[in-house]
Amino acid sequence: MRPLRNVIYVQTQNSWLHKDNENLVLKVDKETIARIPIHKLQGLVCFGQVSVSPYLMAHCAENGVTITFLNMFGKFLARVEGPVSGNVLLRRTQHLAGNSSESSVNIAQVMLTGKLYNQRYVIRRYLRDHGETITDKKVLFDLQTAEKRLSRCLTQITDCTTIDTLMGREGEAAQVYFGVFNHLIRQKDFEFDIRRRRPPSDPVNALLSFCYTLLIHDCRSALETTGLDPASGFLHQLRSGRPSLALDIAEEFRPLIDRFVLTLINKRQLVVKDFETWPNGSLTLKDEPRKTLLAAWQDRKQDTILHPWFEETVPIGILPWLQSQILARFLRGDCDSYVPFLWK
Amino acid sequence: MKTMQNLEPIYLSRLQHYLYCSRQFALIELEDVWIENQFTAEGQVLHQRVNLADQQKRGDVRTVWALRLSNIEFGIEGVADVVEYHRQEAGIEIPYPIEYKRGKPKTHRADEVQLCAQALCLEEMHGVDVTDGALFYGEVRRRHPVHFDAELRNLTIEIILACRAIVQSKVTPKAFYEAKKCNGCSLIDQCHPERFRKSASSWLAAQLKKD
Ligand code: SF4
Repeated sequence: MRPLRNVIYVQTQNSWLHKDNENLVLKVDKETIARIPIHKLQGLVCFGQVSVSPYLMAHCAENGVTITFLNMFGKFLARVEGPVSGNVLLRRTQHLAGNSSESSVNIAQVMLTGKLYNQRYVIRRYLRDHGETITDKKVLFDLQTAEKRLSRCLTQITDCTTIDTLMGREGEAAQVYFGVFNHLIRQKDFEFDIRRRRPPSDPVNALLSFCYTLLIHDCRSALETTGLDPASGFLHQLRSGRPSLALDIAEEFRPLIDRFVLTLINKRQLVVKDFETWPNGSLTLKDEPRKTLLAAWQDRKQDTILHPWFEETVPIGILPWLQSQILARFLRGDCDSYVPFLWK
Repeated sequence: MKTMQNLEPIYLSRLQHYLYCSRQFALIELEDVWIENQFTAEGQVLHQRVNLADQQKRGDVRTVWALRLSNIEFGIEGVADVVEYHRQEAGIEIPYPIEYKRGKPKTHRADEVQLCAQALCLEEMHGVDVTDGALFYGEVRRRHPVHFDAELRNLTIEIILACRAIVQSKVTPKAFYEAKKCNGCSLIDQCHPERFRKSASSWLAAQLKKD
């Protein structure tokens, strides 16, 4: 298996990154804070006021290290990337498949199957770990019902023949799943009502949105590495500037993020006062807690998990890369279907 | 034979990939899959010495390093590590290609085929018969002479045509798992020869039914 290289998140404001021989050097106020060999890196993500020397950019580009610039709130600004792999045959096949509604539905269906399966796992896992300690009968009933309804949604997904109906089923499943999400939160100062994206106006939604951004970044890099075009998706419609395929393959991993967020909250690694409220009602993490979150995310990516299709235990961080490979192999005709990552 | 001069050339070094595994050849040629592993890195260090084009004359032998070669008839091209030009009494120079290889002589003929393809290039470029060459193995540090007989020539041409067919069809051959071959293959993590043997759709259906 491919060794998992690290993604470095730089969020110290006014820091300066440059290249010294084969190393990346991070300086703040002229003082060297870190020095990392570039060959150990997979990506570099800069939040806010972070400057990067052109020589470092060139060196990263040459070595397949993607640099992403996000604003303070994690909104995508720009990306520096080396020449895309000349995998023109694969990209053409991908575009042709994207143009055919039949192939698009097939692939999207499998991806959503993975998502629902993994959503159901989040609930099952909670019932398994905490089922006996749930004293509130209604909570237990709600969770059990949601688990059953998700099973039904899973079967219905398999019968869909258009992207629209798939999206409809996915929406129903999301309602079921997020309808009981609050039951999974064991710190009652964190209230979750509904999933709200723009702008996230409660801590749970803010955390979910922020972590999904990190996930999509990783999915995008994985697709680039595999030679697929991240902008051309099957489930998500094409829209200029949108990494549709990265959003597509991120679907099956969202439940993993949800559980990661639940763990952060339930273990009180983050608390409500770690968030800052803005005049438009949106919430963001303050600097220090964000560092805590990014460190936890890095650790999480090193944890291993069983990939049932490969029948191998792999670091969580390489899952997007493995799924990109399966997708590429399917598009090239090496196997008869795309298979999602199933969380077991 | 139909001339191949309008075709994209096939690199000499890729012929040995094909001989190792036709899928490996296709992954590299069609899919740009290439993972630098310890072996390829070692190979490069060994090659660095011969990577700079240069020539030197000593007595009747002119030695040329990193010589670019091509054969238009077969549509192949590449670089020879070393070609010695042996001056005959009649004044003509007969090329004698030498290829550097990591490791030791192998049981399969991949290295010989690559060398023979170089000979085909040299014959076309100079209009002379090239009957012999040598492989130099890093591990045993010895020259291993190779004679380009009809059998080796036919094998070489067969391999070139098979490679050409893959390039034209743009289809990567399916994985064929063979423990000895695949476990020594630097592309195993991209190829997953074992996994893609099973049917993905029935696997998925079975998983969903299970629970
Ligand atoms: S892993 Fe095996 S089948 Fe795949 S390219 Fe290598 S040798 Fe060929």
